[in-house]
Amino acid sequence: MDFNLSEERQMLADTAARFIADRYDLKKRQAAFDSDEGFSRETWGELADLGLIGALMPPEVEGFGGVGEDIAVVFEALGKGLVVEPFLASGVLGAAPIYLAGSDEQKSQLAEVIAGSRLLALAHGEPAGRYHPTHVATRAERSADDGWSLTGQKAVVFNGDTADSLIVSARTSGNVTDADGITLFVVPKNADGLSRRAVGTVDGSRVAEVGLAGVQVPDSARIGEVGGGAAILEEATARGVLALCAEAVGIMGVMHDATLDYLKTRKQFGRAIGAFQVLQHRFVDMVIEIEQARSATMLAASLMDSGDRLGRERAVSAAKNLMGRVGRLVAEECIQMHGGIAMTWEFDLPHYAKRLVMIDHQLGDEDYHLNRFTALGQA
Amino acid sequence: MDLTLSAEETAFRDDVRAWIKDRLPAWLSDKVKRGKRLTKDDYLAWHAELRTRGWLAWHWPTEYGGAGWTPVQKHIFEEECVAAGAPRIVPFGVNMLGPVLIAFGSDEHKAHYLPRILNDDDWWAQGYSEPGAGSDLASLRTRAVRDGDHYIVSGQKTWTTLGHHANMMFTLVRTDPDAKAQEGISFLLIDMTSPGVEVRPIVTLDGEHEVNEVWLTDVKVPVENLVGEENKGWTYAKYLLTYERTGIAGVAYAKQGLDHLKAIARSQSDGDGVLADDPLFAARMSRVEIDLMAMDVFNLRVLAAAGEGKVPGAESSLLKIKGTIIRQEITDLLRRAVGPYAMPFTPDAFDDGYNEEPIGPDGAMLHARSYFNHRKLSIYGGSNEIQRSIVAKQMLGL
Repeated sequence: MDFNLSEERQMLADTAARFIADRYDLKKRQAAFDSDEGFSRETWGELADLGLIGALMPPEVEGFGGVGEDIAVVFEALGKGLVVEPFLASGVLGAAPIYLAGSDEQKSQLAEVIAGSRLLALAHGEPAGRYHPTHVATRAERSADDGWSLTGQKAVVFNGDTADSLIVSARTSGNVTDADGITLFVVPKNADGLSRRAVGTVDGSRVAEVGLAGVQVPDSARIGEVGGGAAILEEATARGVLALCAEAVGIMGVMHDATLDYLKTRKQFGRAIGAFQVLQHRFVDMVIEIEQARSATMLAASLMDSGDRLGRERAVSAAKNLMGRVGRLVAEECIQMHGGIAMTWEFDLPHYAKRLVMIDHQLGDEDYHLNRFTALGQA
Repeated sequence: MDLTLSAEETAFRDDVRAWIKDRLPAWLSDKVKRGKRLTKDDYLAWHAELRTRGWLAWHWPTEYGGAGWTPVQKHIFEEECVAAGAPRIVPFGVNMLGPVLIAFGSDEHKAHYLPRILNDDDWWAQGYSEPGAGSDLASLRTRAVRDGDHYIVSGQKTWTTLGHHANMMFTLVRTDPDAKAQEGISFLLIDMTSPGVEVRPIVTLDGEHEVNEVWLTDVKVPVENLVGEENKGWTYAKYLLTYERTGIAGVAYAKQGLDHLKAIARSQSDGDGVLADDPLFAARMSRVEIDLMAMDVFNLRVLAAAGEGKVPGAESSLLKIKGTIIRQEITDLLRRAVGPYAMPFTPDAFDDGYNEEPIGPDGAMLHARSYFNHRKLSIYGGSNEIQRSIVAKQMLGL
C-alpha cells in the first residue's frame, strides 16, 4: 500500500500548483467569465502547454496519463485556483467517450483537444432528465444516406456554447429511460439544425441549452455500438464525478486554510475568535469531514481503472454523496465562522463556497448518489 | 388549552386578508414572489397603502399612530402580508427607531421625527456594526466628540442595509473612550446629507447591492440629535434589538418557502417520475415540515406569554436560532429541488422589463442565489453563536 504520488504525478501537481499560485487569481477568473466565451483562451493555451489537458488522457491518444490518479491530481489543483477553463467539459466528459470507445479517426482528433485548440462538450442531460443517467428522449433516426437524423433538447451542457464538437446522446431504440438503445454521436458546431443558447452560472462558469432539429450526421460520427451508449456514458461520467470530487477537495483545502487563518487573526471580545472553544470544535469537526471526503475521493481514483465495474461505481457514488454532504457543511461553516465579510463579492471565500455547493448540482447530487449507491449494493 | 385562533382573532385575520387582497397591487406582489429587485418606490408604494389604513406603524401604541395590536395580532398580520407577497415594511424607521424614540426620545424628537417616519419623509438607516465591531458590537470605535453645540463624528459603519436610499441614520457612537465598553456609547441621529458622510456600496456574494459602508469624517451633528442621555446608548440599543426580534423566527417566510418547495417538488421531473415521490427528497421535506409545525407553536407560545405582559428575553434568541436554521434548510431544499437548473444564472432576469424566455423551469434561477443570500440569516442581528451565548448566560445562568 502506498498513498504517495508517483514522481511524475508529483511533478504534475507541482506544475499545476505553481501556475495557479503565480498566474491565476479571482480577478483573472472574473475577467474570463465576463468575456464572450466565459473563459480565457490564453490561460487555456498555457495550461495545455503545461500538459494539464494531456494528463487527463491515455497514451494511445497521445496523452500521458488518463488514469484516475491523474484526473484527481489535476482537478485538485484546478479547484485550488477555482479555474473556469473547460477541463471537465472538454478534457474529461467530452474526451472520455472518444478515448474509451471512439473510432481511430475520432481518437486522432483528440490530439487537438490535448493541444487546447479543439473543444468538446458532452450533451447528455435533458430538460426533464434531472440526474437520471439514462433519460434520453432525444431521438436518432436513420436517414436515407445511411446517416442519422437527431432531434431533441439537451440541458445545462457545460461549456456547450464554445465547444467545436458536441458528444450527443440520442435514443435509437427503447423507451425514454431505458439503458439499452442510447447511442452517442459527434456533432460539429456548425451542423444545420443545431442551436445553442449560452448562459452563465451562479458559480462563474458557462452552460448552454442545446436544440437539435433534424441534425444530420454521417454514420462515421457514431461513437461505439448502436444502442450501446449507456456503458460508455457511465464510465465517462465516473471520470467526471472523480474530477468534480477532486476539484472539491482542492476548494475545501483553500477554504480550510483561509478560515483557519481568520480564526487566528480576527479579534472580537479582546481575543482571536479561534480562542473560543465552540469555534475550535466546529472547525475540528469540519477537518474530520474534509479528510473523509478526501479519502473517498482517493478510493474512487484508485478504482477508476481497476476493471471492477461495481467496485468503481460504488466508490464513485460514495465519493459524490459524501462530497454533497461535506461540501455543504464546509461552505456553510466557513461562511458562518467568517461572518459578514464572507457574504461579500470582494472576498475570495464566498466564490469558493458557491462553486463547492454547485458541484452538488453536476453529475448527480447527494441524494441521487445515495440512491444509486444503495441500488448498486443490492445488484 | 386551545391552539386555534379565537373568534376575534379569526375575524381579524379575515379582515387583514381581505384588505391586503384589495389593496396590494398585483404587479407588486408578482415582483416579490418572483424575487425581482425592489426599488425604493416599490417599498414606498406599499407603505402608502398601509398608511391609509393606519397599519404602517403597527408596532406603535395608538397615541402615536400605531395599531395597538396584541402580539398574536401582530403575528397574524405578518403572516398574511408574507403569504400575499407584500414587500416587507422597511423596518429601520418604523420598527426600529420609532419605538426607541417613543421610549427614550425627547418631546421634540417625538413631535419632529415620528410624523416624518409615518409619512415616509425620511428614509432611515441603521448605523451599528463596524468593520472591527461585528459580533462584539460594544467594541465599536466611531467617535463623537462634543464641540460646543455639536458633536464631531468620525468613524466607519458597515452592513448598512438600503443605506443608499437613506437620508437619516441612527447610530451608536463612542462618547466616552475611557469608560468600559458598553458604558461610553451614545445613540445619535445623523443627517446623511451632512458634509463628511459618504456611502459606499458593498456587493454581496450573490452580486446584489443591498448593504453599504458609511464613512463618517468630521461630521457635525447638533447636540439635540442625541437620544436620551449621553453614554446610555447601549441601553437603548438593547431595547431596539428586542423590537428587531419581533417576528424573528420568520415562521411566515418559512411557511411560504415550504409551500413553494412542495409545489416545485410536485412539478419537477426526476427523470422517470416526480421529485416529490423520491423517498429521500420526500423525507427531507417532511423533516423540515415537522420542524416548522413545532416552531409555529413554539413561536405562538412565546407571543402569548408576551401578550400576558412577560417580556420575551432569551426566548427570542431561541426562536431566532431555530427559525433561521429552518429557513436556511428550506432554501437548501429549494436549490436541490431544481437540480441542474440551479446553476444557470442571469442577473438581469431580476430587473423590471426582462422578458426573455427562462432557462429551465420558471423561477429556477432564484434558488441558488437565495440559498447563498440566506446565509446572512444566521449572521446578522446577532449571529446564532451570539444568541446561544445570550441563552446560556441569561436563561441558563451558565
